[in-house]
Formats: sequence, C-alpha cells, structure tokens
Amino acid sequence: MLIFSVFKTLTDQTVIVELKNDLLITGVLKSVDQFLNIRLDNIQVSDEARHPHMIAVKNCFIRGSVVRYVQIPADAVDTQLLEDATRREALNQTKR
Amino acid sequence: MDSLIPFTTSGSLVDCVDRKMLVVLRDGRKLFGVLRSYDQFANLVLEDTVERIYHQDVFAEQWVGLFLIRGENVVLLGEIDLDREDEVPLKQVEWDVLLPYHKLDTDMKKRREEFKAQVLHEQKGFSKEGGEGDGY
Repeated sequence: MLIFSVFKTLTDQTVIVELKNDLLITGVLKSVDQFLNIRLDNIQVSDEARHPHMIAVKNCFIRGSVVRYVQIPADAVDTQLLEDATRREALNQTKR
Repeated sequence: MDSLIPFTTSGSLVDCVDRKMLVVLRDGRKLFGVLRSYDQFANLVLEDTVERIYHQDVFAEQWVGLFLIRGENVVLLGEIDLDREDEVPLKQVEWDVLLPYHKLDTDMKKRREEFKAQVLHEQKGFSKEGGEGDGY
C-alpha cells in the first residue's frame, strides 16, 4: 500500500510511463488505484511514428499490470521519508 | 485480493462511457469503439467496434462488432480526441490490401522477440519460458 500512497502524492505531476511493449507515454498523472492502474491526461507519445494509433488520443487509462517503469520527478519524492515509512510498515507487518 | 474494493481509477472511467475509445490489447490489436460498460478489473464492453491495422503511414479498418474484453488483456484505454482525429496524417486503404503488410510486420516482430528471448536465455541466464509474457 506504500507505493500506492506515494503515487497518490504524485497526482498532477508530469510523469513518464514506460509500458512492457516499450511504449513511452508522457502525461499528467490524474489518478491511481490500488492496482496501480494509472490515469494520464494530456499525453504525448515518444516516437509517434511507430505508434500511429496514439496520435488522436489525449487522455488514457493504463492497466497497472502492463507498466514497466514510471519515471517521476526526483524532487517530488522525499526518499528519506519513504525510507522511514518503509521500515515502519515492515515493522508493523512483523508485529501482526 | 478483495474484489469488493471501491473503484478509484477504474471508477474514473465513468466519464469515458458512451465515448469513442481506443483499446490496445496485449496481443497488439487496436480496437476503436464506444465504451458501454466496465468494472474494477477493467473488463470492458465496446460497441460498434472496428479493428485497425497500421503499416507506416497507412491504416485499414474492419468492422468487428460488440466486444466484452477481459481486463487482463487490456493494455491501454485511450480517449479519442475527435477534433484531432480528423487531422491525423494517415491514409486509409482497403483492409485486404494492407493485411499482408501487417502480417509481415507482426511476423517480423515475433521473430525478433523470439531471437531476443533466445539470446537472453543462452547468454544472459534468463529463464527460458515467459519472461514478462507481454510481447505485445
């Protein structure tokens, strides 16, 4: 659930999503859900010539299971905080 | 996983209902149709669907009708900007004309993927089967 929370803090940021079929989509992150399905607005596909079907698409929904990477702005994540939160969650899980 | 979790992102698909959408499937197919229904797994119902194939700057389409798509096969669901669609610099040709070219493209891609998998297996110690299983 931690990564889900991270993504929730990233809404309205511009991110680059790389899919497992090597399609790279840049867009504004509008929402995520618990499956890490992603909703992107105002998208731009790199190498549009190779993916001509994407030219007329402005917003899209990407299924979490097909995402390989999400590139996020480095200053949008406090890694120290994330580290602490990870330890805390791990601790909570062992207690249970 | 709990299947009764409230929708969030898939829930936000509600404003896409009754609109013309593009669905890309894991096998590489591109379907254009009107989204009529969906659920939290991204299972989709598409009405008046056409399948499109592309080769360089031409495309062709074929009417395929009503689809219920199981969510696991969905890669991407895109909302078509109808204004931008009119300006797409592609030429439409007959399906039967383009099909052989499209087949050539997909065959080539398949061969390339197989070759890549073979190299990864033999030289890089990857597992033989599967990999990501998403060579769409």
